[in-house]
Amino acid sequence: MDIQFTEEQELLRSSVQRLLRDRYDFDARRKIVGSEDGFSRKHWAEFAELGLLAAPFSEAAGGLGGGPLSTMIIMQEFGRHLVVEPFVETVVVAGGLIEQVGSEAQKRAFIADIIAGSKLWALAWTEKGSRFDLATVTTTARGDGDGYVLAGDKTAVMAAPWADYLIVSARTSGHRHDRGGVSLFVVDRRAANLDLQSFRTIDGRRAAEISLRGVRGELLGREGEGVAALEACRNRAIGALCAEAVGAIGELNDATLDYSKTRKQFGVTIGSFQVLQHRMVDMFIAHQEALSLMQHLSLSLIGDEAGLSRLASGAKSKIGYAGKFVADQAVQLHGGMGMTDELNVGHYFKRISSINIQFGDPAYHVLRYAQLDAAA
Amino acid sequence: MELALSPEDAAFRDEVRAFIKDNYPAEMRVANPETDLSKEQMLLWHRILHDKGWIAPLWPKEHGGPGWSITRRFIFEQETTRAGTMPPLAFSVTMVGPVIYTFGNDAQKQKFLPRILSGEDWWCQGYSEPGSGSDLATVRTKAVRDGDHYIVNGHKTWTTLAQHADWIFCLVRTDPTAKPQSGISFLLIDMKSPGVTVRPIITIDGSHEINDVFLENVRVPAENLIGEENKGWTYAKFLLGNERTSMAGIGRSTRYINRLKKIVRAEIPEDDPAHLEFIRDIARVELDVLALEATELRVVAQMARGIDPGPAASLFKIRGTEIFQDITELTHRAIGNYGLAIREHPVSANHFMPGPDYGHTASEKYLNSRKLSIYGGSNEIQRNIIAKAVLGL
Repeated sequence: MDIQFTEEQELLRSSVQRLLRDRYDFDARRKIVGSEDGFSRKHWAEFAELGLLAAPFSEAAGGLGGGPLSTMIIMQEFGRHLVVEPFVETVVVAGGLIEQVGSEAQKRAFIADIIAGSKLWALAWTEKGSRFDLATVTTTARGDGDGYVLAGDKTAVMAAPWADYLIVSARTSGHRHDRGGVSLFVVDRRAANLDLQSFRTIDGRRAAEISLRGVRGELLGREGEGVAALEACRNRAIGALCAEAVGAIGELNDATLDYSKTRKQFGVTIGSFQVLQHRMVDMFIAHQEALSLMQHLSLSLIGDEAGLSRLASGAKSKIGYAGKFVADQAVQLHGGMGMTDELNVGHYFKRISSINIQFGDPAYHVLRYAQLDAAA
Repeated sequence: MELALSPEDAAFRDEVRAFIKDNYPAEMRVANPETDLSKEQMLLWHRILHDKGWIAPLWPKEHGGPGWSITRRFIFEQETTRAGTMPPLAFSVTMVGPVIYTFGNDAQKQKFLPRILSGEDWWCQGYSEPGSGSDLATVRTKAVRDGDHYIVNGHKTWTTLAQHADWIFCLVRTDPTAKPQSGISFLLIDMKSPGVTVRPIITIDGSHEINDVFLENVRVPAENLIGEENKGWTYAKFLLGNERTSMAGIGRSTRYINRLKKIVRAEIPEDDPAHLEFIRDIARVELDVLALEATELRVVAQMARGIDPGPAASLFKIRGTEIFQDITELTHRAIGNYGLAIREHPVSANHFMPGPDYGHTASEKYLNSRKLSIYGGSNEIQRNIIAKAVLGL
């Protein structure tokens, strides 16, 4: 159960750690977030050079065959450093979908560019009123010659302003909430009749409202089977986001503990107060449990085991609540400093808050976990 | 969730599973085994495990243990708790036994260990006193040397199942002038000695598990001293470490959650808004169990590779007890108005209990499990331990 990393995995971890330590400290990140683009192509190229963008893909698809465990290793470190570049969106979500349901031609055309770092992707599935339900889709796609034409609106699409391509869910048949009849399409982000309104997210990234008014799209996977594909994709995304959250939780705990050992009030370090000691013990336990569950989920993702969707929802919920608890307490224990933009703690708080919205919040997933229970 | 097992370990797991199925006494499957069984009934399973050579998984082979690896000990623990078997008396097998074979002399080992293994001697724990709860170093029970005996005077309390006990292992003060921790000795006292009196303490659930034990001029042979005089604190701490292993209680919590789901299904209609609240609360506690189980498996796998788990036992004690308290509270809430009723003790079929069978022990379980966060080193003490040992505070 405990993951004993292979030499290769240890190497991957130490090389990500080294790269981020040298090139992605909090000041460097602040400059990236404050730049015109809001992310760094230079860093993205370095990720590619280090093989990170190839790591999870199968060897058949031109990757390194590292699978969900390599994603876990990378995302935990990205979580520790608050990396903003769209690894989840491009590699885990879009890359994963293409590898899972794409045609051979699509795999050849798209995955090599992802691995090389030359193309960025985003997934446009959320709509006004869909909340976290993958099947609630009103955007339509109708056949037109050898392609499709899409019409509708997508909302809060993470990383879309940075993307070269979008994967868009659209309805080819059925009604608004039907599971069947949803299909996936590859759309050029700069295509005609596609309007994109960019905005800043709470965690310093960029997202967009997207309007499609007759945009040409290329079918990805089988027509009408988009929801099942998205569910599998969401499981992988949850695995990655949970690992990122665990990295952020660990960093917040370290920072809070260090602070409690130096910050003095009433003539003593605040870490000498029992009420704060017990709080930090609970933060430690929350981290340990989140870490264990994250490993359990990542191992289950490898085998694509039965009950995977239920487990993914459970982990998203449990780790989401753990992250919220730790982030709340980290800000609280840092006092006024925790409220400042200057200190990194608030930025971890914001990233965890954002993770807790992406692909469904903890309250949504705990109910889904309950509803997928065969025994209940 | 399962540990990745070698074929040999998997075969062992199947053997344990089959053995429990074929041999666990039907007589012990009562409504609330922890309070409803007589001493003789409690010992039935103990004797079966002893005959099989499985009574003391922790013990080294030379003292009568089965010589299992960490993985096998864990498998055994997992299978027995999942099957809902009543564990053998911890005070004998898990607590005093290891103290005797680790710190006792040869005569003590020969005298006591076989009788612990066979179930012939029932032990209870004389640690707590009215004035010393979590702060054990303040014990005041005095032992004064008189020739080849000690004369013991004092008052032990919260002594679990002392009403059945043949022996009590006690922390006693042998040097009143020394610092609190260094004047304590570890003494074994025959419960039949003149001057030992046991008085029941009835807990809020109505059951009789715990007792006061009064010691008045009890003459204890000096040969019953474990190790050195005034070194008792060291042995006591060693024992407390043992007490807190395997307190995650995954098997038990899982069984109680499955039962709770059935109760909710039977008691609360799906269109009742309370139904949603229950399934959410159950899902959350189920996820707490899952995360703790994953943590336990992670720690077991690390230990099997020789990595020191540190104070993981404190983490398991804290979370395991909090989780079980949550489950028993949810169960008590789930039976609604029947939660007003409680069984009378001593338990008898002649007493009327309203409502379905599945609710009959809900009230007493809810009440009784409040003890979990207090005993064995309160959860606050466990947090102190982690704060010091892990966080360096």
